[in-house]
Amino acid sequence: MKTRNAPAVLVSGLGLMLMLSGLAPLSAQEALVGGVHGTAAAGKEQYRRYCLGCHGQAGDGNGENAQWIEPKPRDFTTATFKCRSTPTGTLPTDDDLYHSVTRGFVNTNMPPWAPLTRQTRVDLVAYIKSFSTRWKTQGAGTPIAVPAETPATMESILHGRELFQKMECWKCHGPAGHGDGPSASALLDSKDNPIRPYNFSTGSRFKCGETNADIYRIFMTGVDGTPMPSFADNLQPEEAWDLVHFLRTLQPLQTPEATAWHAWLPAHEGELKPIGPDQGGQ
Amino acid sequence: MRTKHVASLTLVVIAASTMGAVPAPEDRAGTISGTVTFTGTPPKMRPIDMAKEPSCAAQHATPVMTENVVTGPGNSVQNVVVYISAGAPPAPAPAEVAHYDQKGCEYIPHILALQAGQPLEIGNSDKTSHNIHPLATVNSEWNKSTPPGSPPIKATWDKPEFIAVKCNVHPWMHGYFAVLPTAHYAVTGNDGTFSLKGLPPGKYTVTAWHEKFGTQSQEITVAGGDVPKVDFVFKALPY
Repeated sequence: MKTRNAPAVLVSGLGLMLMLSGLAPLSAQEALVGGVHGTAAAGKEQYRRYCLGCHGQAGDGNGENAQWIEPKPRDFTTATFKCRSTPTGTLPTDDDLYHSVTRGFVNTNMPPWAPLTRQTRVDLVAYIKSFSTRWKTQGAGTPIAVPAETPATMESILHGRELFQKMECWKCHGPAGHGDGPSASALLDSKDNPIRPYNFSTGSRFKCGETNADIYRIFMTGVDGTPMPSFADNLQPEEAWDLVHFLRTLQPLQTPEATAWHAWLPAHEGELKPIGPDQGGQ
Repeated sequence: MRTKHVASLTLVVIAASTMGAVPAPEDRAGTISGTVTFTGTPPKMRPIDMAKEPSCAAQHATPVMTENVVTGPGNSVQNVVVYISAGAPPAPAPAEVAHYDQKGCEYIPHILALQAGQPLEIGNSDKTSHNIHPLATVNSEWNKSTPPGSPPIKATWDKPEFIAVKCNVHPWMHGYFAVLPTAHYAVTGNDGTFSLKGLPPGKYTVTAWHEKFGTQSQEITVAGGDVPKVDFVFKALPY
C-alpha cells in the first residue's frame, strides 16, 4: 500500500468498523452476513465467473444458458425473491440471499455455492443487490417472528390437517400433497412460465430449506414470483406450527410427525373426512 | 349631506357589481368529456368455464364472459381508464378507501382506478379461497391468500402503475389496479363516455388506457367552462 492512500484506508477502515458495530447504515452496494462485510465491486468479478452464464450480464435471468433450463434463472432486476424471512412484497435480508446462494435451489439448475468462500458469497450478495434500485429506495423487510415450535402431538397434526383443508392448500398441492390439485396444471409463475406446486410425496428438500422452521417461513411469507401466497394474515402462529406438523406427514421421511401419523392411522383412518371438495359448503 | 349619501351609495353599488362580476371557482373550472370507440373488429369474448369451482359456477345463471374487450352500442369501448397524465398539479392521496372484491370468481370491478397512496381494501365474498396476486413491477409484487370469511386485505400502492391482478387458484380471473398520479380520472362504462370535471384553465394531456388496445394521449387546453368533446378511437383486431 502506498502511503498516500493511507488516509483513504484509515477512513474506509473506520467506516467498516462503524458498519460492523451497527452504527453506520450499509449502502445498497454492500452486504453484511455474520460479521463478514461484502462489496458489490468485489462481487462483480465473482459474478462474471460463476453466475453470469445463467443470470446474465444485466442480472435479468437472460444468460446464454437460460434458454435451456427450467425453471428459469432469477431475474434480479425485479427484486422479487422466492426465499425470504421477510413478508411477501418486501425485500429479503442479506442473510436470506446468502442462504439462497449457499444452499442452491433443489430441483433446479441453481447449485449450492457452499464451496465458494464465505467472503465470496457475501460479495456476490452485495453485487446481486446492485441490479435493482429498489434496494436503495426500500431496504430489506423486517424478518417475521417465528415463535418457538409447539409439540408435534396428534392433536396438532390433526388440526394441521383441518387447516390444509380449510386454507385450500389441496387445490394446488392435491389432497395427498402430490402436487396434482385441480388448479395445479394451469399454474403460471409471474413471468407466465408454467410451474408446478411442491410435491410432498417426493420427500425432497424445499427450495427454501428443509427444517420445520423453513416450512413455517415458506407459507407465512409466501414464495414471491410464484403462485404460492402468504398465509400470514390468515393463520395464528400456533396454528401455523400445526400445519407444519401435518405437512411432514405427507412426506415419505422418517420425521417424528410422519412416524406418529403412520402409527396412528391404521386404527383411525375411517374417522377422517377426505380432503378435497364437498367439505362444508365448498 | 345628499352628496355624501350619493357617493357612499355609488360606492356600495360599484362594490356590489364588482363582487358580482368575480366568478366563483366552480364557474372557471372546465370539464373534459368525450367518448371512446373502436374501429375494425374486436376479438369475441368467450364464456368462462367455472366447473372447477362449483361454488362460483352456481352463482352465474349463464356463464360469465371474458372481459378483456367489452364493447357497447355505437362501437363504444368499456373499461377504458381516461385520466390527466400531465398538466395537473400532483394530487395528495385521498383518505377515501377504494374497494376491490372477489365475487363469483370475478374481480369486481374489473378495473379499479385509484390514486397512488390511496388506501385499498380487497375482500372475498365467495365461499372459496382466492389468492390475490397483483403483478406489480414498479410497485412491489406480493401474493396473499384470502380465505372466505377473512377480513379484507389492506394495501396501498405508492407509485402510479397499471397493475395486472390474478388469482392463481382460478386462472380465469383477471383484473387491474389502475394506480394513477391524479385525482382527475374516469373509467368508461358501457356507453364509452367519460367526464373529467373541475379542471382549472391550462394545458393538459389526457391519456386513455385500455388493457388490450393500449394507450393514446391528446393535448387539450381548458380555457374556462366546458371544452369541445375529446374522443378516442382505438383500432381493434379480432385476435
